[in-house]
Amino acid sequence: MSTLAAPRAAAPPAGPPPSGGGPGGGPGPRRGGVRAWATRAPLLPALVFLIAVTQLPFAATLVISLFDWNSLSPDERAFAGFANYAEVFTDESLRESVLTTVLLTASVVIVSVVLGLLLALLLDRTFAGRGIVRTLLITPFLIVPVSAALLFKHALYNPEYGLLNGAWSWIASLFGSDSPAQPDWISDMPLTAVVAALVWQWTPFMMLILLAGLQSRPAEVMEAARLDGASNWQTFRYLTLPHLRRYLELGILLGSIYIVQNFDAVFTLTSGGLGTANLPYSIYQTFYQAHEYGLASAAGVVVVLGTIVIATFALRVVSSLFSEEVSRS
Amino acid sequence: MTAVSLPPPGRAAAPAARRARRRSAALGVLAWAAGIGFCLPALWMALTSLHSETDAAANPPALTASLTLDGYRAFFGADGGPTPWPSLLNSLSASALSTVLVLLLALPAAYALSIRPVRKWRDVMFFFLSTKMLPVVAGLLPIYLFAKNAGLLDNIWLLVILYTSMNLPIAVWMMQSFLADVPVSIIEAAQVDGARLPTVLARVVAPVAAPGIAATALICFIFSWNELLFARVLTGVAAQTAPVYLTGFVTSQGLFLAQLCAASVVVSLPVLAAGYAAQDKLVQGLSLGAVK
Amino acid sequence: MSARRRAHTGRTRAVQTVAAAAAIALLAGCAGAGGAAGGGDGDGLNVLMVNNPQMADLQKLTAEHFTKKTGIKVNFTVLPENDVRDKISQDFANQAGQYDIATISNYEVPFYSKNGWLHALDGHVEEDKEFDQSDILPPLRDSLTADGKLYAQPFYGESSFLMYRKDVFDKHGLTMPDEPTWQEVADLAAKADRAESDMKGICLRGLPGWGQLIAPLTTVVNTMGGTWFDKDWKPQLTSPEFTKATEFYVDLVRKHGQAGAAQSGYTECLNNMTQGKTAMWYDATAAAGSLEAPDSPVKGKIGYVPAPVEKTKSSGWLYTWAWGVQKASKNTDDAWKFISWASGKEYEQLVGEQLGWAKVPAGKRSSTYANPDYRKAASAHADVTEEAIASANAKSPGVQPRPAPGIQFVGIPEFTDLGTKVSQEISAAIAGRQSVAEALQKSQKLAEKVAEEYR
Repeated sequence: MSTLAAPRAAAPPAGPPPSGGGPGGGPGPRRGGVRAWATRAPLLPALVFLIAVTQLPFAATLVISLFDWNSLSPDERAFAGFANYAEVFTDESLRESVLTTVLLTASVVIVSVVLGLLLALLLDRTFAGRGIVRTLLITPFLIVPVSAALLFKHALYNPEYGLLNGAWSWIASLFGSDSPAQPDWISDMPLTAVVAALVWQWTPFMMLILLAGLQSRPAEVMEAARLDGASNWQTFRYLTLPHLRRYLELGILLGSIYIVQNFDAVFTLTSGGLGTANLPYSIYQTFYQAHEYGLASAAGVVVVLGTIVIATFALRVVSSLFSEEVSRS
Repeated sequence: MTAVSLPPPGRAAAPAARRARRRSAALGVLAWAAGIGFCLPALWMALTSLHSETDAAANPPALTASLTLDGYRAFFGADGGPTPWPSLLNSLSASALSTVLVLLLALPAAYALSIRPVRKWRDVMFFFLSTKMLPVVAGLLPIYLFAKNAGLLDNIWLLVILYTSMNLPIAVWMMQSFLADVPVSIIEAAQVDGARLPTVLARVVAPVAAPGIAATALICFIFSWNELLFARVLTGVAAQTAPVYLTGFVTSQGLFLAQLCAASVVVSLPVLAAGYAAQDKLVQGLSLGAVK
Repeated sequence: MSARRRAHTGRTRAVQTVAAAAAIALLAGCAGAGGAAGGGDGDGLNVLMVNNPQMADLQKLTAEHFTKKTGIKVNFTVLPENDVRDKISQDFANQAGQYDIATISNYEVPFYSKNGWLHALDGHVEEDKEFDQSDILPPLRDSLTADGKLYAQPFYGESSFLMYRKDVFDKHGLTMPDEPTWQEVADLAAKADRAESDMKGICLRGLPGWGQLIAPLTTVVNTMGGTWFDKDWKPQLTSPEFTKATEFYVDLVRKHGQAGAAQSGYTECLNNMTQGKTAMWYDATAAAGSLEAPDSPVKGKIGYVPAPVEKTKSSGWLYTWAWGVQKASKNTDDAWKFISWASGKEYEQLVGEQLGWAKVPAGKRSSTYANPDYRKAASAHADVTEEAIASANAKSPGVQPRPAPGIQFVGIPEFTDLGTKVSQEISAAIAGRQSVAEALQKSQKLAEKVAEEYR
């Protein structure tokens, strides 16, 4: 199904890019067919594998979504037509989780890109111990997400013995206060708590990408700008930022792909409570807790269709950036 | 990774140079502060893992409490409890095997997408990436039912296959951009000598693109090692992976923070080690090879 | 040249496939040791259980005292309560057979057995005289029997009661009635709140999950005259009684309850009680085992009274973690051997001697309560517990007839999902993110949907 009618419009027929000056520019039609297959051959294992593993299950999901099937009442499985879809579209909690997903993804991506950019700018200079600082900064990305979520839930956010409240009461005691307020972070600001934990993990990712971007700036151009008396801000605004655009888009694209699907953090931190259930978690819950196989599948199908629409749109934007890269190589 | 900022040219006025130096020092300090601040939760985790359970749950935090390895001992089952070794081994084999499989599939695919590209190769690339956007949960149920009927539940190979499909798209993207750097002339030279594609890939392409392949492998390994959703639903006794073992670690036995932190440190250690050792590769990999 | 290359690439695919296959096969050989053993019917028994302390003890004792004797290897998978339920229902519903035995409860037995997912144990009980089935407490036995067949064997049983710090109450001149009402408890909570620095009045579960917040809340609802459904399956969540009870519960925990109430369940409350951060705690009778353990800082300082009431005579819940054998299991004989050992008298003796009598998985056998060693260790709570379990009435726990059995739950499969969703709403009310009325209105809608299937 999801062959995103890729960016044909955005990417004009650049023709097969430099294929090493492939010999015989205009082979006959028959020969061309055979040759094309020969060229395709190395691609096929990966393609077939991916279609088999990701597309076939989806076809099964489509079929299951037409059944009223709760595995806790196995005797009552029946064909239901589009009843599940009707339920998906009228289900308030599912609508809420769409909103939660958008909010969660957008805030995590935006905050971590901005923070990542600032950190990358700091790191893109020479100073003592730069290697160590970079090592420190990438650490959050290398912590297993479940560990990170457990760490935030129990060791940082816990109102009784978490580090946040602990440090706060320590600071307060320095100023002579015995019983400082001890907020309950997860209950008071559940979505923010999830966002903060995810930002912590994803900022290093963004930073690394943007750092790569900064370091690929052509040195002579930057030097010329400096000699011309351009201010730091001007250099950043008119040289660095345009150069970084591709890297920013890459970071946003990859970040969105992974964070939209986030399950670990929501599952561990709040178990979907307090309005933090995103789509993956809601569907997981329908499937795994309510055992409504038909309903879960219908929700899955709807999400897939929605994703395709958004992704096609997003890829059209992104594709311009990648075609630029192509023309460069 | 080379530093880009050049030393200030000699003819700059002295006070300006001093100002610039001072500013630079201040920014260096700021960078250090940011680095330590960001790492703080992880450092706290490491410190807590070395505390006794009572100190771990102290408020205000017991920074100077005496250190102990009890948390680690308990995690490794010193008091007769379960040991994490099987799940760590499972994670290792699932991640390593799927990474190898990804590379075996992605290298030829990337060849067909960059060195001798098929027609509409860009559409193919986007198809690969688009599979990454499908919500994993939507396919979970059919995969579960298939695995149950095929007798593949609780089998490490099922995870290997799923992790391969999970990482293949990103790997193809990364490898495509790495292979674009391989000079076509050396490939043609090899082919004129009569080498076949597997030989070309193994003898010519792989050595030249080795850094890129390593970066790809590292990223695939990390994502596989971290995976929770599939492992949770599809494994049980024999194939349980380390992240699943971790979620089972939240006990009802009262104080457990030190043990939990010890467990988190141990489970994160392989990724940390690999990531630290190959930082530059990580940068390369994450930017899909855009850094040359 | 292009002809030659065509020939190349023609063969290429085959070569490549072979090479890949060879490489993978090679790796498979290496990784085999890493646990590639698939399927659930390999060697030994696969047991899926909740990670409560009693189970952790069992896990430690199994190799030495069961496997050595019988030669039967036992592989445990241990998960937190909410997770374990999901995993069990998934495995059993699909009869995937990954697990031979799982810790199920009196909630699951009626509909699991109806769906034919459980292996009946009557035959084994008959043969195994030493197990002494008649020793099992009758309310538990009944709750694990469906259509005249026995489907699970209790590991430990529990009701609920109120625990309070005797020493703190004495010090501040507070008196706990022998059979308190909820109003009295609320008044005491107000007085005990902040009586000691860092000490709250009462700890009540607020963590989402039908096995968490919903359990104590529903007992409060029952005794205040409410019910989830009336006998015609009309949801009653917005009825005055249900609302009053929920408001009472939420108010109490918000005003005088623990910090972080919306995120604390059994574990967190146990922590608070052990650490002296709360003066009272209403929860499972099984908690007494941990509180009176030899290394517990509050050992001997705690008083136990029956679950507080209002309109009913008793209000404690009835719950048992019990061993159920999956129908698809191919090791039913071995499974029974394990159950017979784990739920037997000998095991209680073993735990008592090796780990201390406070840690015995109690609440299932009347012989436990006649055992002088146990009585000595559990003098403070043994009688209250036995009485609470004996007086639990799963068929009619409230003031009105019910359409399905269950005290702290409604005995229908949909309750897992319904209870969890409702608990999330009420937990949000505890966190102060919405009013109780709002939470219950949303919950009522959810309950309507479930009820439609039964009307």
